Amino acid sequence: MDIAKIKSQPLVWILLVAVLLAIVLSFLSPFFMTVGNMTNLSKQVSIVAILAAGQAVVIISGGIDLSVGSILALSAVVIGALIQVDVDPVLATFAGLLTGTVAGLVNGIVITRGNIPPFIATLGMLGIARGLALVITEGVSYQVLVPFFLYIGNSKILGLPIPLYFVLLTFLAVAIMMHMTVFGRHVYAIGGDERVARLEGIPVDRQKVKIYMLSGFLAALAAVVMTGRLAATPPSVAQGIELQAIAAVIIGGVSFVGGRGLVVTALIGALIMAMITNGLNILGISSFYQQVLIGIVIIVAVWLDNLKSGTR
Amino acid sequence: MSQKEPLVEMRHISKHFGGIQALSNVGLELYPGEVLGVLGHNGAGKSTLIKILAGAEKASEGAIFIDGHEAHIDDPNDARGYGIETIYQELALCGNLNAPANLYMGRELHKWGFLRKKAMRDEAEQALSRLNIRIKSLDVEVESMSGGQRQAISISRAVHFDTKILIMDEPTAALGMEESRMVMELTVELKKQGIGIIWISHDIHEVYNFTDRITILHGGENVVTAPTKDFTQDEIVSMIISGRQVEPAGNASAD
Repeated sequence: MDIAKIKSQPLVWILLVAVLLAIVLSFLSPFFMTVGNMTNLSKQVSIVAILAAGQAVVIISGGIDLSVGSILALSAVVIGALIQVDVDPVLATFAGLLTGTVAGLVNGIVITRGNIPPFIATLGMLGIARGLALVITEGVSYQVLVPFFLYIGNSKILGLPIPLYFVLLTFLAVAIMMHMTVFGRHVYAIGGDERVARLEGIPVDRQKVKIYMLSGFLAALAAVVMTGRLAATPPSVAQGIELQAIAAVIIGGVSFVGGRGLVVTALIGALIMAMITNGLNILGISSFYQQVLIGIVIIVAVWLDNLKSGTR
Repeated sequence: MSQKEPLVEMRHISKHFGGIQALSNVGLELYPGEVLGVLGHNGAGKSTLIKILAGAEKASEGAIFIDGHEAHIDDPNDARGYGIETIYQELALCGNLNAPANLYMGRELHKWGFLRKKAMRDEAEQALSRLNIRIKSLDVEVESMSGGQRQAISISRAVHFDTKILIMDEPTAALGMEESRMVMELTVELKKQGIGIIWISHDIHEVYNFTDRITILHGGENVVTAPTKDFTQDEIVSMIISGRQVEPAGNASAD
């Protein structure tokens, strides 16, 4: 692979930025590159990263899913409610995953059958799922103190926290799906030109429903991790987290108009955001500035991307 | 011509969009190895008629017969199942994908859902070289290619899958002169293979020199269907504009 080709790889660029950021932060603070902080960082990033994997698929298909934070909360609440009545935790987990997948299915059906733009359909689901979570719990947060979830939230395998394995397995599975399967090829085609995809016989509507089901499923998977970390399922959890997931995807260099980008870059995008937050915390800089900085990073990321595609 | 069985017969096709009648009682026949020119104004119903055959629209009324058997075409995949392929004027390729991905779009080779990328790449290479189409690389996005190269990829896609009926909807509209010529040469080659070709174009000169028969539509109705050379170019133009049939001048071998 020659230099020009390496330069054109979005993954190389974003990885470089992430490594640079890590180096700078480790010089600024001796506490950044410690095992304790890295463990902390990987836990912090896990929820957003899992959501970002699903969001990346949706955005590559030319859509958007604003409902993932609410679906996460609804799935968590279902798990919490079932644990409350002594349902087996594994069974409760499946119920939670099913809840998220069904919510995604509803998104997909509303978008394709109802011909409603993804922004609107998932904005509606954002309200519906959050509302249902509050209705089920009457606003109360359930405690989840069963060993199964405490293990997910607090244990390590081979020195790495379990949420990190969720993240890695998620990205591995989604990357294989996107780059090696017919489904993934169709996602890129739909994002590239939906009209052409339809003309060429791709079952666009069916694939779109699958895309939103995947996003819903991953939101529920994030709920499982979240439940483990919090040992509780507050119905107001993860508000606004969908915007972080979208930001991670955009910082990763996935084109917002669809058809271009790699899912893996969303993981690095999420890492960059988490490093900024974590680094500024360690340096004792007010969290108010963190929001300003992340906002700037999002805009600069897209601006740089425009510069690159301008030369194509 | 009449002793041969038609490849396609569209009978009594009507189509309305809400209150607007796009087609009323239109017919079309296409024989193997011929180029049939479909002519008419914008809004005459050409595109709608062709889209119905290609499965992109559904007729409100009427029937389609392929090789004498009634065909039910509800979507583009059904049409493909009958060996009908379409080449659109707007270069129907996904610019973000490479040539093999476009060639196999919607019918990817796979094993248990996993793409057989190598097989598709090899076959795409062969398909393009069979038609003497040269592109710089199979791995680059087609967006970076010229209009002619992209249309060539469309054509090789269209004929790659055991095609019997090829619909070409203004295939040269977006192309330069040299590139148009290449597309027409390709089309002659396909005609020799016995493929029936429906050629839609605004370029009356191109249609006159290139088609065997013409059918003219006006206001969603058939005006005339006849061998192209039964009329002069001027007569054809006047029928397109007026929507009334002109008596063939002199050299008629009436249809």
